[in-house]
Amino acid sequence: MELRKDYFADVRKDGLHEIGQPRPRLDSPGHVTGKTAYFADRNFPGMLHLKMVRSPHHHARIRSIDTSEAEKHPGVVRVLTARDVPHNVYTILILIQIGPEDETVLADGKVRWKGEAVVAVLAETERAAQEAAAKVKVDYEVLPAVFDMEEAVKPGAPLVNEYHGQNYYLYDSGECRKVRFGDVEAGFAQADHILEQSYQSSPIEHAPTETTGCVVAPEGNDRFTCYTNTQAMFFTLDNTSIILQMPGSKLHFVGGTVGGGFGGKVDVIVEPIAILGAKLTGRPVSFVYSREEEMQISSPRAAEKVVIKDGVMRDGRIVARKVTGYTDAGAYSRHSPYGAQKGAAHYPGPYTIPNVWIDTYCVYTNRTPSSAMRGFGVTIGDFALEVQMDKLARLIGMDPLEFRFVNAYRDGDMKAHRQPTEGAALIECMQEASRAANWPVAEKYMAMSSYRKGA
Amino acid sequence: MAKVPVEFTLNGLETAEFVESGTTLLNALRDKIGDTSPKGGCHQGTCGACSVIIDGELRLSCLTLAETCGGADIKTTAGLAEGGVLHPLQRAFLDAFATQCGFCTPGMIMAAKVLLDRTPNPSREDVVEALSGNICRCTGYEPIIQAVLTAARANSQNAA
Repeated sequence: MELRKDYFADVRKDGLHEIGQPRPRLDSPGHVTGKTAYFADRNFPGMLHLKMVRSPHHHARIRSIDTSEAEKHPGVVRVLTARDVPHNVYTILILIQIGPEDETVLADGKVRWKGEAVVAVLAETERAAQEAAAKVKVDYEVLPAVFDMEEAVKPGAPLVNEYHGQNYYLYDSGECRKVRFGDVEAGFAQADHILEQSYQSSPIEHAPTETTGCVVAPEGNDRFTCYTNTQAMFFTLDNTSIILQMPGSKLHFVGGTVGGGFGGKVDVIVEPIAILGAKLTGRPVSFVYSREEEMQISSPRAAEKVVIKDGVMRDGRIVARKVTGYTDAGAYSRHSPYGAQKGAAHYPGPYTIPNVWIDTYCVYTNRTPSSAMRGFGVTIGDFALEVQMDKLARLIGMDPLEFRFVNAYRDGDMKAHRQPTEGAALIECMQEASRAANWPVAEKYMAMSSYRKGA
Repeated sequence: MAKVPVEFTLNGLETAEFVESGTTLLNALRDKIGDTSPKGGCHQGTCGACSVIIDGELRLSCLTLAETCGGADIKTTAGLAEGGVLHPLQRAFLDAFATQCGFCTPGMIMAAKVLLDRTPNPSREDVVEALSGNICRCTGYEPIIQAVLTAARANSQNAA
């Protein structure tokens, strides 16, 4: 590794003792000896196994649920349906006042995506739970489903989620998150060229090697210890407290050791129902996703569609940018309203553009609910933006790296969402990239600075 | 369901357990015997996190029935350090930053151990081939490959 200390040398206090020095990871000794305790490494006598009965339909009304055969299956201890859950309708971000509550812990009257949890079976063995789950009879009336975001927002599309009332998230700003900066139409009128392009992505599964799950032990004093691989300990604790109508003091969460997360373990899915099972049976409960469930049931990164219209001058300056972004939340919000909102702030990219118009929609479809994954809300946007930047450079016959120097944001520049730029380092990164990749740019760009006036 | 007695040697210790017929070695080790160093990532033989060594061969314990292991000599990552001293592979993984979430690590170390036992001075290609059945979703493959090569060099220096 090479530390280039010449960048920012005049504005940096050079008291670095740790940066650039190798340091052992504190958790590595446990990993190499096999002693690190993941949640599934906890085993308790008499532990029950929880398996879910899941919807085979993308969208259906539930006419009836018959659990009688499942309850008679040898080894079954308890079968749970929606009416066993004290506060069955929830949404994760209610903790930061982002509602409405729109998702059921166990389906109540309706399923909105293929794979949705309907009935939970608790049995002495995994096998007995699996066999009994297959004996639960659910009578469905299949409803028309919608899978495409642009179809979903058209009038007359099947309504995915009644808690919203329309197939998009209603922000306080209306049907989408909006950024308005300068006069975008005047910018387009002034531009030498206009380029409008559309970019799309599919859902992406995190595929952690350790599947989602938890092990719950009743402590005998009305308190429950939950060993979990959640990436969001306190969100999970607080949401569990709401769902089970149980004070947080009764819940002891043990975690922080995650066998790969990548954002895929920030939803509150397995813990509330496992703790409820432990409470109602008085026995330890293990609820672990199979590999198939991890791939099909756990939230993926949202599918996105990004439409970018740019106005650019022959000298390289982008003078107007209009972006319409669509985030496919699937059937429920989870973290997607937040992801779509992040996109709104992000779409100008690390570039200074005087006229900007952005609308980002969080759309509901009958697809697997999506949620967090590594930079969600901006990652697909960055793919779209940087491909667009290359296309714009080609359009005006400019070197793509030089084109980015022309538009790079610098300290003091006002961003479209009205945060002044501070601590920018894009120019310096590109200068070093130009050297490292042997992609030379004109000397005037190598003399630029993110922070020095006049440079 | 009738239980089946199984006896084998686990990391040098005689071990006996009653298991239900059809129980995998992975579940027997983890849930019955208490060695949780093999991990269950897929339970279908594709991720390699459950890898153990049976009679010198690398095996997927999630696809091995416990009842077929009578009399076998089984080794896991939990038994690799001797007298509290880390095995050169463990040392190398530690020093080379070859662990991230750690979930694949015990399986990776088992696969690497079988390689080094047979091929003390492996080429890079040998290492890549030996680890090809083990998935690291954190994608830290390069440090893992380097760690195995470093351990091999440490071994040959000790032998010289």
